[in-house]
Amino acid sequence: MNITEKILAKASGKKSVHPGEIVDTNVDMVMMHDLTGPLAVEAFGKIGVQKVWDNQKAVIILDHQVPAESVKAAELHKTMRKFAKDQNIRIYDVGRGGICHQVMPEKGHVVPGTVIVGADSHTCTYGAFGAFATGIGSTETAAVLATGKIWLKVPKAVRVNVSGEFQKFVTPKDLILSIIGRMKVDGAIYEAAEFTGPTIKSMSIAGRMTLCNMSVEMGAKNGIIEPDETTRRFLEGRVKSMPNFEALKSDKDAVYDRTVQFDVSRLEPQVACPSSVDNVKPVSEVGNVAIEQAFIGSCTNGRIEDLRLAAEVLKGKTVKDGVRAIVIPASQEVYSQALKEGLLEIFTDAGAIVCGSACGPCLGGHIGLLATGETCVSSSNRNFIGRMGSTEASVFLASPATVAASAVTGKITDPRRLEAEVGA
Amino acid sequence: MKIVGKAVKFGNNVDTDVILAGKYLVLIDPYELAKHALEGLDPAFAEKAKKGVIIVGGRNFGCGSSREQAPLALKYAGVKCVLAESFARIFFRNSINIGLPAMECQGISNAVETGDDLAVDFEAGKVENVSNGKKLQVEKLPPFILEILADGGLIENLRRRLNKK
Repeated sequence: MNITEKILAKASGKKSVHPGEIVDTNVDMVMMHDLTGPLAVEAFGKIGVQKVWDNQKAVIILDHQVPAESVKAAELHKTMRKFAKDQNIRIYDVGRGGICHQVMPEKGHVVPGTVIVGADSHTCTYGAFGAFATGIGSTETAAVLATGKIWLKVPKAVRVNVSGEFQKFVTPKDLILSIIGRMKVDGAIYEAAEFTGPTIKSMSIAGRMTLCNMSVEMGAKNGIIEPDETTRRFLEGRVKSMPNFEALKSDKDAVYDRTVQFDVSRLEPQVACPSSVDNVKPVSEVGNVAIEQAFIGSCTNGRIEDLRLAAEVLKGKTVKDGVRAIVIPASQEVYSQALKEGLLEIFTDAGAIVCGSACGPCLGGHIGLLATGETCVSSSNRNFIGRMGSTEASVFLASPATVAASAVTGKITDPRRLEAEVGA
Repeated sequence: MKIVGKAVKFGNNVDTDVILAGKYLVLIDPYELAKHALEGLDPAFAEKAKKGVIIVGGRNFGCGSSREQAPLALKYAGVKCVLAESFARIFFRNSINIGLPAMECQGISNAVETGDDLAVDFEAGKVENVSNGKKLQVEKLPPFILEILADGGLIENLRRRLNKK
């Protein structure tokens, strides 16, 4: 079996499982946030059970409309706080957490080998730690809160095998964009995307999270990476107990529907052009695209590694007149670290605004929405029509390095060519 | 379960942001959500759907976010069911869970145009285009999903199952 099958077999009390089989699975952790939680709370109230099945296995994180941007949002937050209190569930409130997918592993709620469901499509991020993690809706979250179980169809698996070393200023974000560009937005629909190979082995947890995070953008049910020493180093001191990683390795004879190969050694920075995540071009082929906004943040690319990279590009430079650069650290922990390292000073000196940890403009709910006709280059995960505000705005997705370089020049720019563009 | 209605056809990869944009997620009244259904592709959709329509989608319908408000907006706008070549899995589960019938129908894009009258039999996995006589036999939904739909959604289904115990 591959790692996904091993986890699902264990969680459903079976010796083995096969793709296509529907299994009744025990859930180890369920997560919800301020935009999906209230509907789940309402649905939970209709089921007729008084208490959640296990209050230690549910987490609430307020991250989408925080701090509350409207009375409506404030009411939703109030609903979630009350539910957390009534059910004695852990809640990460404003200033205590950050973006759910960053907070979950930071605070030790992601354990390799477990089944995690979350009322957010980017829940698949936790596959970076060797967990089976997938997004569900609000009603289903209520059902999990009541029963601790969920039905899942065992996915076929596609192995994405990656080799080669990244060039300077080329990142895991560029890799996942090139993967989605080739595989297309429905290229892994209903499937497990298992990332393997030497490039993955030497990749940071941050990079692995970016890959697994965006697996859903090609339709995958989950993205997953075998846990290893890098995983252990990140989780040590965070999780209550560390499982045996050996039991989570895909067998040598594990079955994959297919294997796709990628080599990053000649990969250049990639850009997903409007209005589909698979409309991907190398930055050199994007042409002259002027921008009004540059966003560095989100559950895809708001980690300390991302901020370091953006700061390296922005240090001593200035955001171009007419461009708003918005930087949002993914969590309080990331914010605090960036503060200690002097990164926030670099951003503010450059003329960027640094906002408190939240999802921000990524989903067009709060902070930095786009007006008609405006263009944003963003380190986030979706460029759909209307995603970041007006349905007549354009969103280009790129790495934090590319976004930072573009903020300086005012047009989409290869970070490797920034010095040549602005004059060293 | 049998559903009849006029088709409104869309292409591939209709995402949840065009079905219901993020800025509306703070709305909690489903009828308020419904006013903005599919606004990103057709600002007049909510008005057109009022009489009751069947959405016909291409591949990967409902891709993107896990927001259940997307199928909710469709349901309360007047969409009777969604038929597509394939679905994004969260959207599919959400639809079933809120009692909006959804079924994968390979070949539907070529068999249906907007305005055609459709007759759908979910138990039998049959779709008939009454307007042009074309018939599709598709893979039937598993019995437990048909049961959820018959109960009107997952919560009602769960209530019934928990009460039985």
